[in-house]
Parts: sequence; structure tokens; C-alpha cells
Amino acid sequence: MIDLFARFGRSWLQLFERLGRAHLFLMQIIIGLPALFGRWYLLIKQLYATGVMTLLIILVSGLFVGMVLALQGYNSLVRFSAEEALGQFVALVLFRELAPVLTALLFAGRAGSAMTSEIGLMKATEQLAGLEMMAVDPYQRVYAPRLLAGFIAVPALTAMFGAVAILGGHLVGVEMLGVDAGAYWSQMQSEVSFRHDVLSGMLKALVFGFVICWIAIFEGADCIPTSEGVSSATTHTVVYSSLAVLGLDFVLTALMF
Amino acid sequence: MNSRSVEILVGVFMALFLAAMAFLVLKASNLTSLSGNQGYELSAYFENIGGLRARAPVTAGGVRVGQVSRIEYDAETFQAKVTLSIDEQYSSFPEDTTASIYTAGLLGEQYIGLEPGAEDVVLMPNDEITLTQSALVLERLIGQVLLNR
Amino acid sequence: MESVNTSEQIGTPWVKIRDMHFQRGSKSIFRGINMDIPKGQVTTIMGPSGTGKTTLLKLIGGQLKPSKGVIEVDGQNVPRLSRNKLYELRKSMGMLFQSGALLTDLTVFDNVAFPVREHTNLPESLIRHLVLMRLHAVGLRGARDLFPAELSGGMARRVALARALILDPTMIMYDEPFTGQDPISMGVLLDLIQTVNRALGLTSIIVSHDLHESMSISDFVVIVSDGQVIESGSPEQLRASSSAWVQQFLNGAADGPVPFQLDAPDYRDDLLGVVNKTAGINAMGKS
Repeated sequence: MIDLFARFGRSWLQLFERLGRAHLFLMQIIIGLPALFGRWYLLIKQLYATGVMTLLIILVSGLFVGMVLALQGYNSLVRFSAEEALGQFVALVLFRELAPVLTALLFAGRAGSAMTSEIGLMKATEQLAGLEMMAVDPYQRVYAPRLLAGFIAVPALTAMFGAVAILGGHLVGVEMLGVDAGAYWSQMQSEVSFRHDVLSGMLKALVFGFVICWIAIFEGADCIPTSEGVSSATTHTVVYSSLAVLGLDFVLTALMF
Repeated sequence: MNSRSVEILVGVFMALFLAAMAFLVLKASNLTSLSGNQGYELSAYFENIGGLRARAPVTAGGVRVGQVSRIEYDAETFQAKVTLSIDEQYSSFPEDTTASIYTAGLLGEQYIGLEPGAEDVVLMPNDEITLTQSALVLERLIGQVLLNR
Repeated sequence: MESVNTSEQIGTPWVKIRDMHFQRGSKSIFRGINMDIPKGQVTTIMGPSGTGKTTLLKLIGGQLKPSKGVIEVDGQNVPRLSRNKLYELRKSMGMLFQSGALLTDLTVFDNVAFPVREHTNLPESLIRHLVLMRLHAVGLRGARDLFPAELSGGMARRVALARALILDPTMIMYDEPFTGQDPISMGVLLDLIQTVNRALGLTSIIVSHDLHESMSISDFVVIVSDGQVIESGSPEQLRASSSAWVQQFLNGAADGPVPFQLDAPDYRDDLLGVVNKTAGINAMGKS
């Protein structure tokens, strides 16, 4: 019985110990960020690895999400003969929730996991130790560009997701279901506020990008440098960052709207 | 993948980002609330505001001229104090302008309609619109119809 | 097993380790080890697997910190250095990892050029010269456009050596450079290590348990076991050592002071199941 408590306590202590390490780690990355000035090619490379490589899946999912939203929204709105509000409905749901959250989840699965496994493998193949021995700080050289790239890429992808999804909604709502095109766009324009809806969504995306990359980089750098260690770290990245995104989404929504 | 094509693709990526943002700004949302603080404010007291909410449109002659920026309850007058934020270019509402709460459609959102009066004196920023007409509350209306029968 | 202070046997020590303790978890790996590594010579650190030879290199490179003691490199106490000083010191150290530790997203050329590009602002034409010189020295000028994944293990180590040499270090540490190499690439690496040491006057530290190969190029050998230095000296001195332990290690005898059998209950009792202490027997009895 006492043993059970001891084990319970130990797992909590380990959790807090790890959390503390993650924060120290983040602090060191942030200290390393200014070293990026004048070395933008590192950032560009990471923007490619995170942003460009995730672009396709984001665009395709955005299109389909927009189409589904239009279909579902139309079916509900048409009962109240309010199908003119379809544009407003699609845009609000997208900007406030779906675009940032879905983009973040897809990003975690696509780019976050890749980031973890890349860093984990660099650790396993002694590349990180090698960098240190060449007097190159991995925080500046490896982690900082990745964190900043995620910080930029997720809002960018969110904006693209939103834009494509609205076009997808137009495709289904206007072209297929026959909602008036003028109503679709004008309702959207008059009811969606750039500051309250679009920018809040982007702010969410910014937070999500930051947190996902933090988790991904930490999991990679903290993994056990074996093939099992790397694969379990990759799984952890996807699980933890998905949970973090959904949890933070609730907190942010409660704070913003 | 050489660094040149990486650079090009990242450039395309950022261009797409800007294009998406431009699309969201110009086509899918309005920037009025971003420049909203350039207008001036008027206040109006209502007996009952029904379902009016902040950011609801304010119209004159059906044209949007501003929005509701705040709704408070005034404990002294036992009325709802609604602060309207009117765009700068609509700056000459006569003093005897009436503010009424209307409903867009039968179940739609509620908004404030301004009907300009005939006075020469013009409302100044932070003035109060004294002539107001409260919201048409459907339940109350039905209740009245039933009672008067 | 007393630790041997070797400073009278050699010239100026480049690396000086005094009363150094290191623990990993609850397992203590070094318990007050003393060691001197001579300047400008090839020193091999040998010892059974699991004695922390690679850990020792990491301690010298400042990647790990000892729990107690002094590790001096060129007169500077590594564990006490500030981060900037440590990084400055590391620029004069090369380290060759077992896997080569090449950056997988860069070509061979860029890998070798990497430290120069990171630490200097030399023009590209000069970097090209520097890199090609080093690649030529390791015989891999033809591989400059390959990626690390396209190299064999031996080639990757040669590229890593070229990279370790690019900043003209004063000391190079080799972590198990001969493990898993065929005789030809082993010969190439031996030759390279020796040439590099002679030509550039480097202090070389090799961690290895390829006994004969490393003995053949070493000026000085240190045998480490159980967290202590067991014996040190020139290869000849070691061969003539009277210690039974050293003789067993050098000859690779299966049994000797290091017993073949790990501590276990008496074999006969164990087979007959008389000793009922081990969990395995208990479990079998139950099932």
C-alpha cells in the first residue's frame, strides 16, 4: 500500500522534474534565438521543412473542411430559411475554431513528429554531441530555427487553411446548393470582423505553433537515443501536442470570445 | 534539394501566406472594427434592449453607419445604456434623431436604426440620443395580444 | 589496484586528470582516477567494455561534468570553464565519434567546411582550398558531393577526421576508431592517425579495445578498469608488466584475475535446485 503511494508520488515527481527541464530547455532556446540574425538560411531551411512540406495536406484538408461545413451548415440553415447566412456561418466557425485547431493538429502530425524524430536521430547518431564538440551550440544551430519556423509556419498555414476552406464553402454552397453568391460573400464580410475573428484565430495559431514546436523539439532532444526511444518520443510529440492544442484552445477561447 | 529551390519554395510559401491574408482582409471580413476607434460615440437609454448585443450594427436609412460598442445597465435610471460608435463620416445627426431597436427578419439579429429628425442642432460626440424606442419583445407582444382579447 | 601517477614517465602532460569522480545514476564510473596524457603523442586508453572510456572522452571535452575532481586540458580546468571559454577550448579539440557524427543533411564537402563556416568569415574560395586539402589528406577528395548516407562506415570516419582537422586543432580524440572496420580500412585509419599525429604534432587520444592495432601506433598506453588506472606506460613497458591482470588483458585470456564466471552460486547446487534463492527457480516451481 505504502509502495503504491510511493510509486504514485514518484511518477508525479518525475513529471514535474521533466516539466522543469522542458522550461529550462525553452529558456535556453529563447536565449539562442538572437543568434539567428544573419543566419536566415537556417530559418529558411526549417520553414521549408515545416511550412512547405505541410502545405499540401493543409490545402487539401482546408478545401474539404470548407465543403463539409457548407453542406452541414446549409442543411441546418435551410430549415429556418436562413441559408443566406451560410457565408457568415462558414467563416466564423473557420476563423474562430476550425482553421487554427485543425491546422495545428495536422501540423503536429506532419511537421512536429518529423521534427522530433529528426532531432532524436541526430542525438542517436551523435550529431548533437558532434556539434557541441565542434563548439557549435545546438540550441542556436538546431533548436532555435525550428522553434521560430513553427512560430511563423502555423499562422501562415492557418491563414491558407481559412482562405481555401472559404473557397471550398463557396464551391459547395454557391455552385452546388445554389445559395446566392452575393449573399454568401456580403453576409460574411459584414458579420466577420477582422480584428475579433480573424486576428484572434491567428493569435491562437501563433500560440499553437509555439507550443507544438516546443514539445516536438524537447521530446526529440530529451529522448532515449535508441530506435525505440526515438519512436516513442515521436508518438509522445503527437499525443502531447494534440492534447495541448485542444486544451489551450479551450483556454484561449474562454479568454478571447 | 538544393538551397536555391528551397529558397524559392519558401518564397512561394510566404507569398501564399500574404495572398491568403489579403483574401481574408478584403473578401472575407471587414476592417471597420479595426478602424472603429476613429469614429465618435453617442449614447442612448432604452427601457428594454431585447436581444441586442455589442458589435450589433447601427444603421441609418438601412445603411450601416456604425456599431454598438458597449451595453451597460444604469442602476440610477433602471435603464439599459447603449453606447454607439458612429463612423466619422456620418457626423451630422440632428438632435431629435430617434434610435430604435429593430430585428432583422422575424428571428434575426437585432440592430439599432437611427431616424434623423428635423432640428438644425447636430449631435456632438458623447451626446445622448433622447428619443429612443425599445426592442419589440415577441413574448411581451404575444402576452399583450392574449390579455387584450 | 593503486592509481599510477605517470608524470615522471612523460614530458609535459597536455591533459591532467586528478582525483576525478563521476557517477551515472547510482553507478559510480570513476572513483578518484588520476591520469596524465602526454603532449604531442598518441595515447591509447584501453580497458574492458563498460569501464567508461567513451565517458572519459566526453568528460575531457566538457560534455559531461565530473561530480568531483580536476580535469585540466592545456592548463584549463574544463569542468569549471564558463560556456564561452569552453566553446573556445573546444575549437582547439577535434573529436572523432564512433559513427562519424556527420550531419546527414549536408554533403561531405559541406560537412568538412561546417566548422569553418560556423566559426570564421573566410571567403568561399579559401574555404574550398582548406576543405579540399583535408579531404585529399584522407583520400576522399572524390567523395565531396556525396551525402553521409552514401558513405561506408570507414569512409564516414575518414570524412569526420577531415572535419576534425579543419580548424587545426591541437588535440584529437578518437572514440573507438577501429570498431567494425575491415582490415583494409582499419589499415587506412591507423595510417591516417599516425600520419596526422606525426605531421601536425597533435596530441591524440584513442579509446579502443582493438589491442594490437592501437598498441602498434601508440606512444603511451593507459589501461583503465573499474574506475581506476590499472597500468600505464609505453607499449613495451606494458608488455613487460608483471601484473597478472595486464597480462590477461593483453593476451586476451578467457580466465584469470578477471574471472570468466560472474559471481554465482555453486554450479552443482544450482543445477540440482538446492539453492532456492534465485527468482527463476521460484517461478518455475510455482508454474
